[in-house]
Amino acid sequence: MSCRQTQELLDAYIDKELDVVNTLEFERHLSECSGCRAMYDQYQQVHDSVKSQLSYFQAPAQLENRIHAQLRSAARDRDAVVQKEWFPHWRSWAMATAVAVVLTLGTLVFKRSQQFSGTQLLADEIVSSHVRSLMANHLVDVPSSDQHTVKPWFNGKLDFAPVVKDLSERGYPLTGGRLDYIDNHSVAALVYKHRQHTINLFLWPSSGADSGPHNLTIKGYHVVYGTRSHMIYWVVSDLNAADLGEFVREVEK
Amino acid sequence: MPDQSWNKGASKGVRQVSPDLFERSVLPYLNSAYNLARWLTRNEHDAEDIVQEAILRALRSFDTFIPGRDARAWLLTIVRNCCRTWLRKNRSSQAAVQLDDNMQAPIGALPDPETILIKSADSRQIREAMEELPFEYREILVLRELEELSYKEIAQVAEIPLGTVMSRLSRARRELYARLSATRGEMQR
Repeated sequence: MSCRQTQELLDAYIDKELDVVNTLEFERHLSECSGCRAMYDQYQQVHDSVKSQLSYFQAPAQLENRIHAQLRSAARDRDAVVQKEWFPHWRSWAMATAVAVVLTLGTLVFKRSQQFSGTQLLADEIVSSHVRSLMANHLVDVPSSDQHTVKPWFNGKLDFAPVVKDLSERGYPLTGGRLDYIDNHSVAALVYKHRQHTINLFLWPSSGADSGPHNLTIKGYHVVYGTRSHMIYWVVSDLNAADLGEFVREVEK
Repeated sequence: MPDQSWNKGASKGVRQVSPDLFERSVLPYLNSAYNLARWLTRNEHDAEDIVQEAILRALRSFDTFIPGRDARAWLLTIVRNCCRTWLRKNRSSQAAVQLDDNMQAPIGALPDPETILIKSADSRQIREAMEELPFEYREILVLRELEELSYKEIAQVAEIPLGTVMSRLSRARRELYARLSATRGEMQR
């Protein structure tokens, strides 16, 4: 790593945002170059000093009160609307019941369609992440076929411990793992191979019940997702659906 | 026509979210929301109005929020967008600053005497220097130095590519340090 590269990566290093390889190279350069080391020390000190003096503005108590009042009144308005419309007249009671049934069904359908569009967005995000991982040559942060290397690597990087399985005997050798960011949170991405095909397995915790596996096809990629033992999993690959289904069964075991 | 009132009820009903869930998911981040709004608007009254508006917007769109997601980043994105809208309305007096994120981040060491000056700056001086910075610089500094968001989270909240986060953050810090050393230098003279 050159002095110039070191200087360019200075902020990312201070913020602990460099990947393992660049971190090691950065540190090796510092140990060999006294100029860059001095620059780093100075920059880090200035950074820490300014950061520690940067004010954090706490929300005033009156704002908190106003917001609680606002939420209460929003809830009251809603209850009022519901009450007024549920008990308009005795005579429309029968009709009310009928409409309520229709409404409930409508709401269910609406919720389902919402859920579906949420899933669709998530699926697009997963496939994009899969494609990105292949294109940017950033498939793995921790290249290892050993589950006992990959699993501990996630310690401290995630607030959960992903299950890392060795499936090489089943024909799906582990290639490594990386941190990814899906649906607004950090997730574990495990990378497996099957023949020449790459499989990305995304994992993050869920409070929901078991579901799936559900199958989707997006832009030619096969996508399988579901929830098992409070873990959401998404699997994506260009592998054929049958082999990918086999892989999912192994993962779910 | 009873039908119409029922339809109204229907749209309300669909939007209905559990107020408890909303309060539990979102209100813990009220300080984060206020802090960001306060830095971006540079005054407390506007910050309070913006946070109130943002909380209402969050409540209205809470049905698109999936539990388990990062509620803080989600709320901060809404706050940030409210601040931008506010800024556009109140911009008349302020010249828009064009940022060039494609430019190479400034590099090189800070001169020693300046370093000492910056390190002796107190929080009022730092706040004044911060408030002179363009919106985008203040935003990224607050998200990183105070909220300690990761680059990926910053990219989401500020709606910029990940690659831009690093260069913009680097520029923002250098700009802040440069202003600090300039004002501190003047005071000493």
